[in-house]
Amino acid sequence: MSLTLATFEGVHKAALALCTARGAHYIGGGTLLVRRANEGDLSIETFVRVTDPGLAAITLGPGRITLGASVPMAAIAARSELGALARAAKTIGGPAVRNMASVGGNLFAPSPYGDLGVALLALDAGVSIESGAGREEIPLETFYTRRQRLPSGSIVTAVSFARAALANLRFAKVSRVKPKGSAVLTIAAVLAEQDGVVSSASIALGCMAEAPMRARAAEAALLGRKLTREGIAPALAAATADTAPPTDAIASAWYRRQVLPVHLGRLLVG
Amino acid sequence: MPKVAIRFTLNGSEAAEFVESGTTLLGALRDKLGETSVKGGCLQGTCGACSVIIDGALKLSCLTLAESCQDARIETVAALARGGLLHPLQRAFVETFATQCGFCTSGMLMAAKALLDHNATPSREDVIEAISGNICRCTGYEPIIQAILAASRAATSTAA
Repeated sequence: MSLTLATFEGVHKAALALCTARGAHYIGGGTLLVRRANEGDLSIETFVRVTDPGLAAITLGPGRITLGASVPMAAIAARSELGALARAAKTIGGPAVRNMASVGGNLFAPSPYGDLGVALLALDAGVSIESGAGREEIPLETFYTRRQRLPSGSIVTAVSFARAALANLRFAKVSRVKPKGSAVLTIAAVLAEQDGVVSSASIALGCMAEAPMRARAAEAALLGRKLTREGIAPALAAATADTAPPTDAIASAWYRRQVLPVHLGRLLVG
Repeated sequence: MPKVAIRFTLNGSEAAEFVESGTTLLGALRDKLGETSVKGGCLQGTCGACSVIIDGALKLSCLTLAESCQDARIETVAALARGGLLHPLQRAFVETFATQCGFCTSGMLMAAKALLDHNATPSREDVIEAISGNICRCTGYEPIIQAILAASRAATSTAA
């Protein structure tokens, strides 16, 4: 079976090719798609890529930060202004993978991968998608429910999030292999406090379901509580609600459920 | 199968070849250009054996499509030795027994070179981070870490 690489300068023609070429898949850095092809995935016949430099831009606006879909993890890790998000990017792969793996690709990475997306989910990021039908921005949480069945010809072009949220981002990746290994689980949280209690909470979990998910029950249980061992106890008790973690070579579903409250507690109160 | 022309700079020399569209850089280097210093290991981006430096950045040739490297500058381990003299990193690997079966060594050396190209005086933690995407099943890593630190010290003392 032959493989073909189709290169386009812009998204529009690439979207068209995704609809018309045989076995067409969009390729970002290649760390997911070429791997699948190397493993013998016969559904891949055409790699479609876009060279538009705008897709590789990081835009630090006054209100929002936008990451182009082609931005590699290494570029995020190198930007100290991105704080905990830069540290999250640095937990991904080794240097070579970080030089290749892209923001857009990370959003499609199956568990136990896709750690950056967990941080972006806690940041309540929006995903820009272009297709033949036009352009739309949808919440990342919605994207994760649809990512396996996006309309043909859809291309993720960017993610963006409020700059203010970034200052409150906390991130933890739990892995067995040091310094780098696939995640047992990943946790990200954006918390705001007012008068000594939590006034808003966004908690995202990786490896606790088929795709990164929000821990809605834990978020609700944190509101109005102090960030102390006693204060967070109801949130930890609710942490595994609605989770359906996978069992894989890294950890069992049982183990992931057991250790999630421990690591969430450490992330919340240190 | 459609063939496409690829052209890039390989270890300082112009290289051009026709490859099947969709060929990985690893395949083009080894099977078309005879550059067998680059090793194919897992082909999944996990082992790092196929690491090369493309336009100054360490990348995995097994997951890079050859056509995406048009006009790029590619460095493999074969470029390290000059005029019959081993590169300081290669010398350090030999002197500290940092290579045993040798299969990971090409990738390890390129990961180390990418580190030293950007950071001439790395800490031990920097070195561990730099080779964190490269698997070695023989040495236990410590001799490799020591070799890279030794090469860094040697280069620094030579420059001083």
